[in-house]
Amino acid sequence: MSEPEASQPEAAASGPLVAIRGVTKHYQRGGERIEVLHGIDLDIPRGDFVALMGPSGSGKTTLLNLIGGLDSPTAGQITVDGARIDQLSSGELSRWRAANVGFVFQFYNLLPVLSAQKNVELPLLLTDLPAGERRRRAGIALALVGLEDRARHKPRELSGGQEQRVAIARAIVTDPVLLVCDEPTGDLDRGTADEVLGLLQMLNREHGTTVVMVTHDPKAADHARRQLHLDKGVLAD
Amino acid sequence: MRFVPLLLAGLFRKKTRTVLTLLSVMVAFMLFGLLQAVTTAFESGADSADAKRLLTTARYSIIELLPLSYLRRIEGVPGVVGAAHAEWFGAKYQNESNAFPVFAVDPARYLDMYPEFTVAPAEREAFVKTRTGAIAGRRLVERFGWKVGQKLPIASEIHPRAGGDMSWEFDLVGVIDAEDPAVQGNTDMVLINVAHFDEARQNARGRTGWYIIRIADSGQAKEIAAGIDRLFANSPDETKTQPEKEFAIGFAKQIGDIGALISRILAAVFFTILILTGNTMAQSIRERIPELAILKTLGFSDTRVTVLVLAEAALLLLIGGAVGMAAAVGMLPFLNGSTGGRFPPLYVETGTWIGAVAVAVALALMVGLPPAWRARRLRIVDALAGHR
Repeated sequence: MSEPEASQPEAAASGPLVAIRGVTKHYQRGGERIEVLHGIDLDIPRGDFVALMGPSGSGKTTLLNLIGGLDSPTAGQITVDGARIDQLSSGELSRWRAANVGFVFQFYNLLPVLSAQKNVELPLLLTDLPAGERRRRAGIALALVGLEDRARHKPRELSGGQEQRVAIARAIVTDPVLLVCDEPTGDLDRGTADEVLGLLQMLNREHGTTVVMVTHDPKAADHARRQLHLDKGVLAD
Repeated sequence: MRFVPLLLAGLFRKKTRTVLTLLSVMVAFMLFGLLQAVTTAFESGADSADAKRLLTTARYSIIELLPLSYLRRIEGVPGVVGAAHAEWFGAKYQNESNAFPVFAVDPARYLDMYPEFTVAPAEREAFVKTRTGAIAGRRLVERFGWKVGQKLPIASEIHPRAGGDMSWEFDLVGVIDAEDPAVQGNTDMVLINVAHFDEARQNARGRTGWYIIRIADSGQAKEIAAGIDRLFANSPDETKTQPEKEFAIGFAKQIGDIGALISRILAAVFFTILILTGNTMAQSIRERIPELAILKTLGFSDTRVTVLVLAEAALLLLIGGAVGMAAAVGMLPFLNGSTGGRFPPLYVETGTWIGAVAVAVALALMVGLPPAWRARRLRIVDALAGHR
């Protein structure tokens, strides 16, 4: 793993990695308009490890999706590493996500038909890397999460903790500037959850990866550098 | 190529379902290959027809005979550059199942009419000079293990020898070849010398089955044909003259419009495949909505996901289609062997392969577009949240 590319604009490199200004998000479900986020302002410095906490329905996952470029805000600005992602088209967002963000989900979301190695290689299919280099990089990512000996195993042949570690390897294999994690330990027992959180801490401390994690679990949140609380779509002080 | 493992993994996610669907597609394309081969065989006469050849038969039925004396009069019609005649012998060889066409012809005249048939010059010369001579198509010679120089005992179902014996014996003096596979099918016959045949037969001496006429200008075919028929109008043996292609098509249609019949069967087969594979693809994509959402999360664009789904449908149909067509090609030698020569030889021509690819691609588009469109419109956050 390495530091973000030196070609990023200087202003972006010196400012916060994520800058959110006046972001609101509404959904339309049937005839009903659901207001999820109200005028969120937030800065996340480069190299931070933030835990987003709050009750169910508070808008944590929605905010995380906006930061990760999976969704677009109804209003407001989101800048990540100098890029105004709220202004990007669907295709541009896809390319941006592929190059800049790694995702970790509660239920791992690995492709069951692919081996651990092939799952980790998936994001690299969108690069120009030759097959050998893709294999090598996936191998390094698996080694980093301690699963180099499980490369050929399919997800169903792995434990929950191992699956989540494969998902983390997939998230970091492209060396993203930002790792967004949605309840990464929500489906794991305490011991395994601590292992996964330790892994995220290691990536943050030793490789400078910026991590934004949504969690219900205060113990999980303790692994972050700082905690943010969201309630009814508003960030609490 | 980098996405092929991903495609194959998706395709064989449910192996049993995919294999069963592949088998159905395979059987459909095997039928396509076989039935198209039948169509090709029926049309081969028309396809290999020479626009400068006319055929003159009796006006009301091709089984009525015409006087051999018509030959000189036909040759005298303006625009005619040559003429020959032929008569159906009605042969069987050794047993009932070995039936093949045998024509009694004037050797030189007949071979001049069909330059697409090749006969070695020495063998042609021998055929012309040997009154009991016969030449046979290469595939018949190989099938029955005949050797040039041997006696060829053939029974006729129509023509007894003087004295009533139906058994005839000819001297095999040569082999007929053709390079074009369509023409090769037309060489599955034996030609015998009419000089000996007409002299030795008990009935219908001095008469023949039909005339083959070569003309100088195919643009004049209709006028020349009308001129020939006018020549014999109001005689006891009126004639019907038509271009060879028209004759071949009309002959094939005597047992039904094979092309239309086969088209309808294939339409029913492919409609079934459309429903079957369409259901398989729709089900497969429906089950993988979360996986497609993950691909999009990782940076696969809407277009790339659309193409992946379409490619999966194409792969399914192209693999099934290729295996089915290969199976059809593999079965043809056995089918050809079992027809006993009563049916034109079946073969899969290049056009059939091209048609199979076109059908597979068209089916892939019809089957793949609805799920591909669904995958394209998929919103990541909805799919990950379980709202599909």
